[in-house]
Amino acid sequence: MEPLLKVENLRTVFGPVEAVNDVSFELHKGETLGLVGESGSGKSVTAFSIIRLVQDPGRIVSGRVLFQGKDLLALSEEEMRQVRGAGIGFVFQEPMAALNPVMKVGAHIAEALLVHGLATRSDARGRAIELLRAVKIVDPERRVDDYPHQLSGGMRQRVMMAIAIACRPPLVIADEPTTALDVTVQAQILDLLREMKREFDLSLLLITHDFGVIAETADRVAVMYRGKIVEQGPVRDIFRNPQHPYTRGLLASIPGGEPGTRLKGVQAETSW
Amino acid sequence: MALVEVRNLVKHFERGGGLFREKSIVRAVDNVSFSVEQGETFALVGESGSGKSTTGRCMLRLIEPTSGEVTFRGENVLGFSSARMRAARRDMQMVFQDPYSSLNPRMRASTIVEEPLVIHDIGSKAERRDRVADLFKLVGLDPAHLDRYPHAFSGGQRQRIGLARALALNPSFIIADEPVSALDVSIQAQVINLLMDLQEQLKLTYLFIAHDLRLVRHISNRVAVMYLGRIVEMGRTAEIFDNAQHAYTRALLSAVPATDPDAPRARIELDPALVNREAPLRQVSEGHFAAVQ
Repeated sequence: MEPLLKVENLRTVFGPVEAVNDVSFELHKGETLGLVGESGSGKSVTAFSIIRLVQDPGRIVSGRVLFQGKDLLALSEEEMRQVRGAGIGFVFQEPMAALNPVMKVGAHIAEALLVHGLATRSDARGRAIELLRAVKIVDPERRVDDYPHQLSGGMRQRVMMAIAIACRPPLVIADEPTTALDVTVQAQILDLLREMKREFDLSLLLITHDFGVIAETADRVAVMYRGKIVEQGPVRDIFRNPQHPYTRGLLASIPGGEPGTRLKGVQAETSW
Repeated sequence: MALVEVRNLVKHFERGGGLFREKSIVRAVDNVSFSVEQGETFALVGESGSGKSTTGRCMLRLIEPTSGEVTFRGENVLGFSSARMRAARRDMQMVFQDPYSSLNPRMRASTIVEEPLVIHDIGSKAERRDRVADLFKLVGLDPAHLDRYPHAFSGGQRQRIGLARALALNPSFIIADEPVSALDVSIQAQVINLLMDLQEQLKLTYLFIAHDLRLVRHISNRVAVMYLGRIVEMGRTAEIFDNAQHAYTRALLSAVPATDPDAPRARIELDPALVNREAPLRQVSEGHFAAVQ
C-alpha cells in the first residue's frame, strides 16, 4: 500500500548549515511515527519543511514530500494552503505562542473551519463546542468564549488539538506537544493523543526529544542527529536492540538502571 | 545531627489587591519541615507551583520566608544579620536552572567564577587566577576558554560554569534547583555524572529540586514530594518509588512515561477532592512519612 506520507531525500539549509540533510522516511496510514532527537538535530525543521513553513533564512533545496501521492514541494502556495489544516493538522510546542491572544478559543477553531469552507458563520460556534468536547475540555459551552490566557497549559494544548483535527485531516504533525507541561498533564495529553488517533482515524508524526513519550505512543521511530536520520525501525527494535552508537548513547543517557551509577551517555562521535 | 534542618517553613505571597479586588494570599510554602543529613542527596520533587523552588530560595534567604526556622549546623540562619548571612552563604550555595539567564552575558567566564572570591576577599589576584583555573578543570572545562563570554559556551558548559562559581568558596551544602532540566538528555547525563563525582570528591551535601522523577530516583538518597505548598510524602528513595502511600505520589509516579514500549500502563488519576490538605505527616514505616489518614 502507498504510504500516506513519503519524504524523499529532503534537504533544508539555513545558509551554510544543513539543518535537514538527505532525510527520507515513510509514514503509513494509522501509524504513529516518532521523530526523536536533541536540540539542533533538525527534527522540527523536518516537520516545518513538510508543511512548507520553514522560517527565513531557511530554504528547502531539494527532495520530495509525497503526501497522498502528491509532491507538496511542487504545489502552488494556494494549493499548499488547502493542504495545511485540511490535509495535515499541526500541534505546536508552545500553545501560548501559537494562539492569538486577542482571539477567543472558539474563534480559532471557527477560523480553521471557515477557511476550508467546512462551516458557515451560523454553525461554526456549535462545531467549535463539539470539538472542544471531543478533546475533553470541561464545560465547552463556557470555554469557547475564553481567551487563551484564561486557560491552563494543558487546556491550551487541548485547544491546539481541537484546531488541528477541526478539518478532519488524515495526518497530524505534533511538535513536542507535551514538552512545556507538568508530568501529570503530559500523561493526560498523551492519553488524549492516542484516543484522538483512534477516534478520528489519524496518522501521527510525533516530534520529541523524550524517549519516554516515544515508548508510550510510537509504532516506529526515526532517530535524528545533525540533520540526518541515523536509525529507524519499529519501536521495540529501537529500544531493545539499538544499532547506531548515537541511539545507544541517547538511551544510556536516560536515568534508570542501578541508582547512583554513572550514566553512560553518548560517546564521542570519533569512536563511531 | 542533620546538616540542615527546616522547621515549619512558611512563605505566603499576597496577590491582587487592586481597586476592585480583594487581596488574596497564596500559600506557596505551607508549614514545611525536613532535614538533610551530611553527605546525602535529598530531593524535593513536585510539579510547577508546588512550592519546591520557593522552599529552596527561602532556605538561603534569597527570598525572606514568612515564618519558620532553617538551621544550618545547628544555627538558625533566619535570625542572622545580613552580614552574617553573607558569610554563611560561603558554605551554602545555589545552582540555578537556566544556564542562559543565570550568567551575566557581559562578564567573562573567569570573572563570573572569580566573583565570589572577590566578594569574600579571598586570596591575592594571582591566587584567585589559579583557583579559577583549578575550578575550571574540576568541572571539566578547558582553562584555555577562561576569557570567553557566556554566549561562546553551550548550555551544558554554562551549567558547568554555574557549578564552578557555586564551588568557588568550598561550600559543604549545595541547593541545585532543576540544574539539568534545560539541557538535552545526552548533556544532562554528563552533568549528572559530574554532580555525582563532585559529591564524592568534595563530600558535598545536595538539596536537589527537580520535577524529573527518573532523575530523582537515580541520584537521591531521600525524597520529599511536594503538592500545593506542602510535603505530602517523604522517605528513602526506594521506599517512595516502590511503596508510595499518598494519592498524589501515586498519581505522579504513574504519569512518568516508561522508557519501555512494553511496560504496562496503569495511569492513576488524582481526584483533588479526595486530598485532605490539612492531613499531617504520619510515619508509615521507618523513616517513611505520608500525609494520609
